[in-house]
Amino acid sequence: MMLCLGSVGLVLLALTVQNGHGAPDSAGWNGKDTTERNYYTRYHNMTEISDWMEKMKRENPDVVSSMVYGQTYEERNITLLKIGLNSTKRKKAIWMDCGIHAREWIAPAFCQYFVKEILQRYKTDTKVKEMMKNLDFYVTPVLNVDGYIYSWLNNSTRLWRKSRSPGPVGCTCYGTDLNRNFYANWGTVGVSTNCCEETYCGSKALSEPEARAVTDMLGKMSGDILAFLTIHSYSQLILVPYGHPNISAPNYNELMEVGLGAVKAIKAVHGMDYTVGTWPDILYPASGSSQDYARLIGIPLSYTFELRDKGEYGFELPEDQIQPTCEEAYAGVQHIITYAHDKAFYSSAATVTTTLWTTVMTAWVFSATLL
Amino acid sequence: METGELNPNYYPARRAAAVVQHYLNTRYGSPYRWMFLGNVHNASSEDVTEGRKYQLELTIQEMISNVSGPCSAELLFPGAGTPQVQASCDWLLPNNTRAQEEAFYQQHRDSHNLVSGDRIPDSYGHMEPTMKPFWHLGGVASSFIMLEQSNQSTLYNMAQVANFTQLETEKDQLRFQYHVLLHEMVSQEIIHWKMLITWSPAEGVKVLQTDLQPKCNCEDPPDSIN
Repeated sequence: MMLCLGSVGLVLLALTVQNGHGAPDSAGWNGKDTTERNYYTRYHNMTEISDWMEKMKRENPDVVSSMVYGQTYEERNITLLKIGLNSTKRKKAIWMDCGIHAREWIAPAFCQYFVKEILQRYKTDTKVKEMMKNLDFYVTPVLNVDGYIYSWLNNSTRLWRKSRSPGPVGCTCYGTDLNRNFYANWGTVGVSTNCCEETYCGSKALSEPEARAVTDMLGKMSGDILAFLTIHSYSQLILVPYGHPNISAPNYNELMEVGLGAVKAIKAVHGMDYTVGTWPDILYPASGSSQDYARLIGIPLSYTFELRDKGEYGFELPEDQIQPTCEEAYAGVQHIITYAHDKAFYSSAATVTTTLWTTVMTAWVFSATLL
Repeated sequence: METGELNPNYYPARRAAAVVQHYLNTRYGSPYRWMFLGNVHNASSEDVTEGRKYQLELTIQEMISNVSGPCSAELLFPGAGTPQVQASCDWLLPNNTRAQEEAFYQQHRDSHNLVSGDRIPDSYGHMEPTMKPFWHLGGVASSFIMLEQSNQSTLYNMAQVANFTQLETEKDQLRFQYHVLLHEMVSQEIIHWKMLITWSPAEGVKVLQTDLQPKCNCEDPPDSIN
């Protein structure tokens, strides 16, 4: 019930808050960006996104920090923003990455929007504030930095997908599909072994430094991550593990139920239909995805989002659709993270009992000290 | 392969439905009429001697008027070659867009001011309003190729009109050279095609010539073997 109200409440809040934008921005912003509202309705190149990350840290120093957790093939930093209220305890986490495929520009736009939203909401929205207190959000706005920069280079590079590492000896083409390169049934289905093709899975699992960076971070954070979200476009889908047709996630029912809740939340925003299911059911079989790896190492809620549209504009989604796409995606993501949070902090009887005992013990110790 | 009733949200039904979309565009499409698949409501399939047959109930959206309606279709994927489609969408009347099409036709029929354009949409999803009908036309013409190329392991969309050039009007048909980029979802490949197409309100869209362009492995030296 509480979960239900929280989701509905936040959707309603989203619908009202969006009308209140437009406060003029402060100095230190790029010249052409006038208001915050204009900024989040445009696509931004890597330099702008990096500058924006610095700005988020500067403007919210007590809740935002950044972490460089790897280098790309071309030796650029892979950076995430860690967002949460400071705590002395070790906190649970939500992972979100965007832009693993370079041409899916709406994805980094969504990561930026998501960060902006939670930073705005946590001050006034008790649920978001609670989540910021109990969790840290680890958001990587652009994972495939080299590929993303390449896709901004000129007309012929806009539809680049892969990383920018050179091919193996004898192959003159560039790039590995980062979302086929993870150590999760690597190289078994839905991949190409031709290094010139778009789903080339690499010379071996984790051949790509970008995939290794994520793998290493997930390893360090292992038991703490409640939900792993990776953002793509297009097709309007929410994908659940696994990509391999013969393997089922142990919590398939839970993944589908929460996914269906997200789809419903998305539809409530602008009426758009998203479909939820496994890769082999609703898209195509595939192996070596980051989502599969996350589920395999035990992260229970692992989702791939495919945002707008369904093929009309495809990867070149018009900028006037950024805002509505981000609004609906936020509702979907928010449904999942609320579920993940509440499951960890409310539903477990053991957790409640532990909290109760801690309270009793603390009171006893405190009263003992007073005496 | 599943036989009998199919889950309408699963990819076999959706890929088949996309083929119906391409077919409808070849039959009814124009610079002011471009169809996209909405939802699939019912789907079933079975093996037949000639290949694999699908029966579908789906919703088709016409993108310019923003009107949606139901269609039923029967589709055969033969062992090899172009899928064969029969579809009826009673609400898709050829005459709805008459006025706009006529105006557009008259505007461009006189070969004094031949139009051309490129990168539609551009990297940001933008296009000049005057380019929109040419974008639709490119999408409709691409449907001929996408229909022909489709099988049960493909899902095509037009990613971009790389460029188009209007040629001299001939036999009352507007004529264009188009270079389009198609996105094939299953392989994730971007496939380049050049086409010579004609259109008039009376004759509809016709594709006279198609030319598959070699994949640009742009890092390769010009004379390398792929």
